[in-house]
Amino acid sequence: MLARTRAIAKKEFKQLWRDKRMLFVLIFFPTFLLAMFGYAVNFDVRNIQLAIYDSDKSDVSRDFISNLSNSTYFEFVEYLNNDDDVRRALNDKDAQVVMVIPEDFSEKLFRGEETAKIQFLVDGVDGNTANIISNYVNAATLAYNSKLQKDFFAQMGITREPPVLLEPLFWFNPNLETTKFLIPGLIVMILIVTAVVAVSISLVREKERGTIEQINVSSLSTAELLIGKSLPYILLALVDALFILVLGYILFDVTIEGSILLFFAATLVFILAATSQGIFLSVVADSQQVAFTVAILTTLLPSLMLSGFIFPIESMPGIIQVVTNITPAKFFVNILRAIMLRGVGIEAIWTQLVYMSIFILLFLGFASVIHKKKLSAA
Amino acid sequence: MFSIEVNDLTKKFGNFTAVDNISFKVKKGEIFGFLGANGAGKSTTIRMLCGLLDPTSGDALVGGYSVKKQPELVKHNIGYMSQRFSLYDDLSVGENIDFFGGVYGLESSKLAERKKWVLDIANLKGKENILTGSLPGGIKQRLALGTAVVHQPEIVFLDEPTSGVDPISRRNFWDLINWLSEQGTTVLVTTHYLEEAEFCNNIILINAGKLIAEGTPKDLKTNYLTNAILEVECDNVVDALEILEQQSFVDETSIFGNKIHLIVNDNYNTTDQINKSLAEKNISVKTIDKIIPTLEDVFIHLLEKDK
Repeated sequence: MLARTRAIAKKEFKQLWRDKRMLFVLIFFPTFLLAMFGYAVNFDVRNIQLAIYDSDKSDVSRDFISNLSNSTYFEFVEYLNNDDDVRRALNDKDAQVVMVIPEDFSEKLFRGEETAKIQFLVDGVDGNTANIISNYVNAATLAYNSKLQKDFFAQMGITREPPVLLEPLFWFNPNLETTKFLIPGLIVMILIVTAVVAVSISLVREKERGTIEQINVSSLSTAELLIGKSLPYILLALVDALFILVLGYILFDVTIEGSILLFFAATLVFILAATSQGIFLSVVADSQQVAFTVAILTTLLPSLMLSGFIFPIESMPGIIQVVTNITPAKFFVNILRAIMLRGVGIEAIWTQLVYMSIFILLFLGFASVIHKKKLSAA
Repeated sequence: MFSIEVNDLTKKFGNFTAVDNISFKVKKGEIFGFLGANGAGKSTTIRMLCGLLDPTSGDALVGGYSVKKQPELVKHNIGYMSQRFSLYDDLSVGENIDFFGGVYGLESSKLAERKKWVLDIANLKGKENILTGSLPGGIKQRLALGTAVVHQPEIVFLDEPTSGVDPISRRNFWDLINWLSEQGTTVLVTTHYLEEAEFCNNIILINAGKLIAEGTPKDLKTNYLTNAILEVECDNVVDALEILEQQSFVDETSIFGNKIHLIVNDNYNTTDQINKSLAEKNISVKTIDKIIPTLEDVFIHLLEKDK
């Protein structure tokens, strides 16, 4: 049993080693994806282009402006002089935000009978960014208000600190960096795509070239064949995982808070689930092209859309939330975020491990049923 | 002493009967030819005999094991080589032998000995590091046969092993098959080439899943075709064929290159009958010879009859 499995694995290693193109893809693809997603997919909104139309032109209005444009979130682009300028700045995308300070701003502020108003015109095409911008501006205004009030009380000789101060503290990802949050999902996506594609193609290739016939007439058992054939790719996927971790650390400072051993143990379970999916596909598909296309479609899309990698599952409609269970990627994203960001142990993730194991059984079960059906019909 | 005993073997795919109640026996150490047109059921039968496909009914004993009940034991005792010479083109010659030896569970000392043997019969001594994909077809075919019997099986199945190989390589390959058979290996071979069938000890012919003839090549030529066969050489072969088909003394016609083979019946007396019927259409006859039927004549005759 062991000798025969080794013979298969050895042969597969040699073939993979000789197939430099495939090897290159399997190793380069993860690096490429990591760099691309790591740098490109970023939900942090910074350097918001700010244009200002200040009709008041007073000390106070300048104070308010400098307060805002000094923050790292905003980048001052230009002063505008009339309404047409304002329209042009937004239309031509010269600015994302235009702040309009009316003539009576300082006057109203000093009299204190009426609230002084400032108009903020935000480019609302990208709703998400517009929302974030509006939040920043609100927060900045609130801070400015409380500063003014403090100054006011101080002039009257009263030390009056703001009554309530909210101090949010973000655990696990203190600076709310999206890359920290994305990297675990990225590892999941890269691993599932490489594992499923590599395993299904290597099996279908034997079918396409007819070499599987020769193996079938030998007394090699299905288990020996599958283990032998998957072993090199399982090892390669683990190497890929290590590779991404090191690269994630170098490029994005991502570290594992929890146990590295647990990380690799969970990764192994996930790779087994992905391998099973690859085996299942290889039973269904009869050509490498079909296998490749189906593998990409059934791994890339679900792991991108349904795993919670980018879009939070909690905010999906109920029925879609149920659909997210079709990919083992969902469970592995949970596991990796738990291990890498929260640093929790096995007690917090074992249910997710069980779910992933169910995928292994399901895929292998379906694969063997369909395989038997195809054999008796061939 | 039989290596293979097939009893009422039948395989149905839905309503389609691919193999219909076939029975035959193969003696140990003989070369057994398995002939039939494409889609006649040859491959299906071989797949059942290799334990790859479960028969719908009937059974076969291969090397003493039932293909229905003990397919795994059957697989242990056979070698198989298909027309696609299932070798890995991206592995070297030596690696291919190592791989199949490993798959058959050979120990390393045994494997080293068999590897030498395979390299020897494939004329690849000292070339074991060459990539298999770069070998010429004839050599690749010998290597494929060598790896198919690397575990020294008692029986070897060859499914159209010589298709797409040049005539000289084919002849060399048959020498190898003969040699294997002399060493006591039973060889069951399917082929399209009827001249190859002449090398077999016994032959069966199947058509539409049914066995329609069996025996030695000599038996087939004498027992199944009792009428005389004439070879006619003349002008305008196609027109001549049409005319001769209409004659009452002719049973069957077929074209062999620029000649026509006629199977004649009791109404035929002299060559004049042929000359006369063709002369009416201004076709001149060069020669008319009575010939010993080839296997091809016999098979065309049998397949015509089976229609």
